[in-house]
Amino acid sequence: MADRFPSPFEMPTPPGAEGWKDLYAYSTVFSEDRREYEESAFWFMDGVHTPEVVPPWDATIMEYAIIALSQYNTRHYIIPPALGVDLRYLNGYMYLSPVGVTDPKEIEARVPEFAERAGYYFANWDRLYAAWMPKVRALIDELEAISFSPLPHREEMAVLTEGRGTGSALDLFTTYHRLVDLLLKLWHYHFEFLNLGYVAYLDFFGCCQQLFPSIPDQAIAKMVAGIQVDLFQPDEELKKLAQLAVELGLADRFAGSAPARSAAEVLDGLRGDPQGDKWLAAWEEAKQPWFNFSAGSGFYHSDRVWLENLDIPLGFLRTYIAKVQRGETLERPMEAVIAERDRIVAEYTDLIDSDEDRATFGAKLGLARTVFPYVENHNFYVEHWAHSVVWRKMRDLGRLFAEAGFFADPDDVFLLSRHEVTEVLFDLYHGWAVGVPSRGPKYWPREMARRNGIMNALRQWSPPPALGVPPEVITEPFTVMLWGITSDSVRQWLGGAQADGGLSGFAASPGVAEGPARVIMSADGIGELRDGEVLVAPLTAPSWAPVFGKIAATVTDVGGIMSHAAIVCREYGLPAVTGTAFGTKTIKTGQRLRVDGNAGTVTIID
Amino acid sequence: MAQILWFENYAPADAPVLGGKNASLGTLMAVGLPVPPGFAVSADCYRKALADGGLTGQLDALITAVDPHDPASVAAAGARARALIGSLGASGDLADAIRAAYARLCERCGDGDLPVAIRSSATCEDQPDASFAGEHDTYLWVRGGDSVVAHVLRCWASLFTDRGIAYRIERGYGRASVAMSVGVQQMLRPRVAGVAFTLNPLNGDRSQVAIDASWGFGEAVVSGEVTPDNFLVDKVMGAITRRTISDKTMEYRLTSGDAVTAVPVDADRQSVPCLTDDEILAVAALARRAEKHYRCPQDVEWALEDSGDVLLLQSRPETVWSRRPRPAASCTADPITSMVQTLLHPSHGTPEGHGHGHG
Repeated sequence: MADRFPSPFEMPTPPGAEGWKDLYAYSTVFSEDRREYEESAFWFMDGVHTPEVVPPWDATIMEYAIIALSQYNTRHYIIPPALGVDLRYLNGYMYLSPVGVTDPKEIEARVPEFAERAGYYFANWDRLYAAWMPKVRALIDELEAISFSPLPHREEMAVLTEGRGTGSALDLFTTYHRLVDLLLKLWHYHFEFLNLGYVAYLDFFGCCQQLFPSIPDQAIAKMVAGIQVDLFQPDEELKKLAQLAVELGLADRFAGSAPARSAAEVLDGLRGDPQGDKWLAAWEEAKQPWFNFSAGSGFYHSDRVWLENLDIPLGFLRTYIAKVQRGETLERPMEAVIAERDRIVAEYTDLIDSDEDRATFGAKLGLARTVFPYVENHNFYVEHWAHSVVWRKMRDLGRLFAEAGFFADPDDVFLLSRHEVTEVLFDLYHGWAVGVPSRGPKYWPREMARRNGIMNALRQWSPPPALGVPPEVITEPFTVMLWGITSDSVRQWLGGAQADGGLSGFAASPGVAEGPARVIMSADGIGELRDGEVLVAPLTAPSWAPVFGKIAATVTDVGGIMSHAAIVCREYGLPAVTGTAFGTKTIKTGQRLRVDGNAGTVTIID
Repeated sequence: MAQILWFENYAPADAPVLGGKNASLGTLMAVGLPVPPGFAVSADCYRKALADGGLTGQLDALITAVDPHDPASVAAAGARARALIGSLGASGDLADAIRAAYARLCERCGDGDLPVAIRSSATCEDQPDASFAGEHDTYLWVRGGDSVVAHVLRCWASLFTDRGIAYRIERGYGRASVAMSVGVQQMLRPRVAGVAFTLNPLNGDRSQVAIDASWGFGEAVVSGEVTPDNFLVDKVMGAITRRTISDKTMEYRLTSGDAVTAVPVDADRQSVPCLTDDEILAVAALARRAEKHYRCPQDVEWALEDSGDVLLLQSRPETVWSRRPRPAASCTADPITSMVQTLLHPSHGTPEGHGHGHG
């Protein structure tokens, strides 16, 4: 077994992708300038957020996310043993490297600062968290208010009569910069609570393991489960709409499916009669904000958002309508989850010997539950809602460029880096102000063809799961919690899949189930899932929630016990094994699987 | 008055005349746990039989004269004492009462020639600070009223093994204060049997049940003659958190002539798990019920019948971890100090290194 992963400097550029580095920020690619550091570090590919090539503008979000995470560790809360997470693109794929504090004296020196800063947040969590939601809602409102208007043929008279003294192009510049800055601010908000939330959760985790050295991970996770989170609300809205459709006697009107019968046709068919209009009003009400929901991780402009792809929620809705008609319940077994949670807590509490430990356990569980709603809830507001708006607004800008003849497809705007967008705006401004043709319409069609070629070439490449020298043990808490990367997974990557074709990963949600496999590589494929199948995917997104009502179990390539697949499966009472690394490569659709969510193993039966 | 007590009629007041093992069986049965049916010949019976036979004074004198450091003296006194008890014979009211109780047990179990296990239960046995386990005799697969009576006498006599005499004198138990109750219980013919601890014996984790299991009668596991399969079950989650399958090379089985004999295990059964998942969970659940009743960690013996029923043969307090002094606190109460420790030593504080599945 190899003891290290390939060096990033050994990785050839895929044929046809020459020049890819120029599409990314100079500080985010591997270079001779920092070769010694970069070769000595451990880099893992972020399959949780970016399993595919990251287009140049989309890189903005990843960079802002990772930099904000890092800043909170390093500069806000002074997490004693952890600095930030470094980021590089290799052949268009994003690699991350957790950076620790290694000098014990330095770690010790950081402790009092951490105590003061984190202590303040924990002590005032409810008050500070109460302020978070209005802050992020105000930010989303600001994003929604953004509008990119084409430059006018003449400035309107009011500019003169009011003595404004500025022109429309400045507004375009300002608006674009505001969009980008709001995005950075959004990610600051995102990490205001998350790192501390994870630390508190890990602390509870550690306490459980000290009291019960053999306790299963999922037992700990279940003790904080059963909270109402907005992340599940889009799914809940569809269930309500399904119920309403059946109650109003409209079920038959939803027959058929895309592409043969599109959402637009179905919705048009409901218009004009009282029952149909009543249902449509409920549908419209649910859309804002709940359909600002991404079918992917939310980190790609190409992730399809429900609001703009109504066939997606309508497909789920049909499944639910069928269930209601069969008399099945659509309720998540929330009461059962809560009852089970309370039973688990009571029984473990009962097994603790000393009163002092019982009190500590109770306090840590209390804190973990205090922080947990944020850990769960932020995702809808940031990755789904706010990102949906960002992609929509950027697409508006792309349309503005397309209408000015700069390139044909508005989505080509995402082939520009965030800085290049300013240059293109300047080119547009330049031509408009001077009254001569901009260079863009001649330059960008050619350049976009080249860039699309590069992207396609990069997509053909298979990124290794990791690069460089693995540390002896993985200790950075976020790497373990969120990305599910552990010393074990590193060993697995180095050794390849098990000889017998079996897979192991995180025992993320308990239970044992058997069923035929359905390998789903992206959100587009989830319609293929049949009742009782085992979902095998690189990862799952929260928006896949409706499929969890019909599958038998879930297996993912990436993610830990706090990944979305793990959380959703625990809520639905389905077995899940996450972070198997090779699930989608090893398993073929139709193979019969045994998924043991207690042991974290997947067996291919035939 | 000397009596024969049915386990299901057990009341705590009977404990002093039943000895630890029989009292425990009575307790378990009285709270509804599945224990094979049977009765106890109380220690009063033993005392009365000795008195009626005029042996009480003789035995006291014999034992008082023993020099515990002189094996020859112990051996001579032991042999004489056992011979005296043997001389009591199988006649008299008590012998009739035992035969009658056995006949009733046969009737209850629907087998006129019911095989029974006959176990010693000394009245000083299973005290919290001393384990007398294995000091006294157990007889398996006994049939017929006369044979039952004879084995009850042998159990009485086993109070006076050389080992037993020396042990009691050394541990300072009064020379005459120990008496012997005897349990007579339907004999099972287990497919699999073993022991279970209601904590993880490796680390004292009270949320776990540790099960040792092997083919045939439990004696193979109890005596340590076989390396059993080992399973760890989380009590709260009901999940099997670890399984270690061993090569189980021998088992005790019933062979011809009603003998329970050590025999080799067929090659094809040696390295396969002797319990299914459901059976593992059933054993764990049973051990947990015993623990919940006693409100302290238990060390139980169990047996799985061909029918799939799991029965409890014995339950007593776990002694190793329970006696260990416990720190007042295992977790750091101060949240910040604790968080820093968790971050610095993530092997104790993250999902890493535990719980990640191993195929």
